Amino acid sequence: MSNDIFVVVEQLKGKISDITFEMLGKGREMADALGGKLYAVLIGSQCAGLADELGKADGVLCVADVRLANFNPTAYKHALGELVRERAPRLLMIGNTSMGMDLAAGVSALLNIPLIAYCNNLRVEEGKIVATAQIYGGKLFADAEATGDQLVVSILAGSFSADAGKATGGAPVEEIKAPLSINGGAGVRFKQLIEPEAADVDITKQDILVSVGRGIQSADNLELVEELANALGGVLSSSRPIVDNGWLPKARQVGKSGATVKPKLYFAVGISGAPEHLEGMRDAGLIIAINSDPKAPIFDVAHYGIAADLFDVVPALTEKIKEAK
Amino acid sequence: MDIVVCMKQVPDLVEELELNDEGTGLNRDYLKLVVNEFDDWALEQALLLKEQNGGTVTCLALDTPEVDTTLFTCLAKGADKAIKIEGDFVGGATSHQAAKLFAETIKTMPHDLILTGVQSVEDLDGQNAVLLATYLGIPHVSVVTGVAVNGKVATVRKEYAGGMLAEFEVDLPAVLGIQAAPQAPRYAPISKVRAMMKEKKINQVTPTDGQVDAGVRIRRLFKPESGRHAEMIEGDANAVAERVVGILKEKALVK
Repeated sequence: MSNDIFVVVEQLKGKISDITFEMLGKGREMADALGGKLYAVLIGSQCAGLADELGKADGVLCVADVRLANFNPTAYKHALGELVRERAPRLLMIGNTSMGMDLAAGVSALLNIPLIAYCNNLRVEEGKIVATAQIYGGKLFADAEATGDQLVVSILAGSFSADAGKATGGAPVEEIKAPLSINGGAGVRFKQLIEPEAADVDITKQDILVSVGRGIQSADNLELVEELANALGGVLSSSRPIVDNGWLPKARQVGKSGATVKPKLYFAVGISGAPEHLEGMRDAGLIIAINSDPKAPIFDVAHYGIAADLFDVVPALTEKIKEAK
Repeated sequence: MDIVVCMKQVPDLVEELELNDEGTGLNRDYLKLVVNEFDDWALEQALLLKEQNGGTVTCLALDTPEVDTTLFTCLAKGADKAIKIEGDFVGGATSHQAAKLFAETIKTMPHDLILTGVQSVEDLDGQNAVLLATYLGIPHVSVVTGVAVNGKVATVRKEYAGGMLAEFEVDLPAVLGIQAAPQAPRYAPISKVRAMMKEKKINQVTPTDGQVDAGVRIRRLFKPESGRHAEMIEGDANAVAERVVGILKEKALVK
């Protein structure tokens, strides 16, 4: 085993995702602390082009094969697993994203390497890698380590600076042949990408968003929050459960699998603040949160918090705002 | 088609989470457990597929406290069978342990499609679906929001960031990590759950080969010390509303 660090490059439609640069920036720091090299692992149909953006790494390990042109959970897992088995890096960093979820747990179970998921920080302490993971919906953090030497971590998007992982110029590329285990897509075949449906309103372009979460309890109560949004001249958005229940269209969803928003004002109404939601709104200019649980994680990112029953506060607030106009 | 749904009990986040004396885990003495909400969505997806294509649905869970209620609820919603895996899970189980036990149990029963929640609030060492599929050596797709089955192939939709979806064809048997189903999990009235407790029984299994060490040691579990905590606005609804309007006016957000 080496002290090398592998960062798995995530890309969609030929564009490298920010999570990759976040991991390269942090990975650089970790590689320097461990005295190892930092490698970017690129899996896809070709190495040219994308590798030019990966200069923060000491090298790019590229598994290129026409059968890997699009992300494929099982085929990518085998391609990555084979490389990790051969090169035995100390640390494998993967995004805790939709694609990364299939890879991190997959490689961990395939090669029997411990996995710490939901990481938002990493450090080296007396030669040991210590990962901080965000669990229980963000209510608790865990400082954890592997009992052995090797470790896989999946990193929450937004944990590190993406700029710190960008560099001018590329890194030397080593091309690696795809293993036989990817044959037939290992039982999974990519068919197509489906773009999100055109929305009636683009929540990423609003100055004021009033976002509603599970605390609203039923679709009938949405009206209450919409009135607040109207009074403020803003738009109604939501956290994931509201969309899953079919109460608002997908285009209104803020968070990991929805939109990332940066309005001037973000009102979080009845939203507890799961990490997946915070990922999409933490950079809003002013965040005001109303939640009945005073310990809800939303209050850790909000500027102002109101620990009260939304059914009392929201109507009163709507009234006062109308009066103030 | 035989569908297996793997379900987990997880701490109810509505309750205060207490740490153990060592500060390395939860104090589980009075811990309230609830079914992992994503597993409930997986069950809903399974029941919808059964309604469309026929077949059976079997719910599978570790023998954690209060799991009987979860499994009888499963039956009340329309599952055909419920199985619990015996063992000592008083201190909880790691994702790797649970996945290995699910895998060993599933190997002994008919399975065309295995559905489970995309994640849970407690899976520090990774998400069940992919661990399980890898232990079984079968295909997997996680973060799935749509499933259709045609013979021995499933067509699934996986969610990417920004509302983008990727469509895959998956050879069965396979494991899918379900994010959401086309409709919200159905409700089982308590009277029906009680009737199931009288009419049906939960099968018990004890896998002989299910040992695995996740290899993760928690040094310390702690409440996040956020660099930024909201300034809390106190008072009755009117007082709070006035203060908020004051803040918005100051920042010229109310015109």
